[in-house]
Amino acid sequence: MKLDGNSIGGLMLELFGDDMTTAGSICGSCGAREEMARLDVYTGAGYVVRCHSCEAVMVRIVEGRGRTWIDLSGTASLELG
Amino acid sequence: MSETAVARRLTWLTASVAGAVEETPRVRTLELDLPGWPGHRAGQHLDIRLTAEDGYQAERSYSIASAPGGGVELTIERLDDGEVSPYLVEEAREGDQFEVRGPIGGYFVWDGDEPEPVLLVAGGSGVVPLMAMARHRARIGAASPMRLVYSSRTWDDVIYREELETLGLDVVHTLTREQPPGWTGYSRRIDTELLREVALPASESPRVYVCGSTRFVDAAADGLLELGYEPGWIRTERFGATG
Repeated sequence: MKLDGNSIGGLMLELFGDDMTTAGSICGSCGAREEMARLDVYTGAGYVVRCHSCEAVMVRIVEGRGRTWIDLSGTASLELG
Repeated sequence: MSETAVARRLTWLTASVAGAVEETPRVRTLELDLPGWPGHRAGQHLDIRLTAEDGYQAERSYSIASAPGGGVELTIERLDDGEVSPYLVEEAREGDQFEVRGPIGGYFVWDGDEPEPVLLVAGGSGVVPLMAMARHRARIGAASPMRLVYSSRTWDDVIYREELETLGLDVVHTLTREQPPGWTGYSRRIDTELLREVALPASESPRVYVCGSTRFVDAAADGLLELGYEPGWIRTERFGATG
């Protein structure tokens, strides 16, 4: 199902200790900068966050067995605060 | 430093159901007693976690309907094949407890301290976080004009129907599936042409909050961009039928 970055706000807040819906995120593929709330989020077994401009995968999150894996390899940078 | 980090860390709180109001046949508002709740901003949401006796857990996000400064109320639509919403809408009784994480989100919020007019665009239960903004505006007596364009399936599906008339904002309804006899309002899905008639003029640089299904949000946001709205004015929140 396609949602947006607001939908993982609680999970991201728990992981990063800060509100991430307003974090500036730069796509590693096309360089577009968006607040994380504006990114596309696909939910299934985990979460896949895609660039709203070029649809490249920016973040993957999988939870299980009390642990969380975050793949940020598609994100050039995150700006918090 | 560690003190700040700990204070900002999000933890699960225990909420108790303190009251319930039937809004429509499919929608109920739950008033929560939430010790330790730090307060919220209009437009924010929270996550609810239910734990079954066998340890199975289900988490869902729900928008906060109440204005900041008051208690915490959630308005929840029952999704027939959902894991969480049927319990919250039909079964939860006063005193029932579950876990809550929040408040969440600094993007889809309106604090009422900016002079720009506000356009709210709601699809179905997407009205819930927008209601928190409308209630907040009424509560603080904000001067900014506010208009709500609200798409529902039928007149009986309109959430907060009576209260919306009392908050001092413009409300434009459209009923997409069935209209009551003598209905003179809109009766189609929100699109560019409808928005051209009812949206605030782009020359006023309004703040815009759109909440609904992904399809609804895309249609509304695309329509507003066609009318000359700038992307930076438009904040969107999409919800999905995971219930």
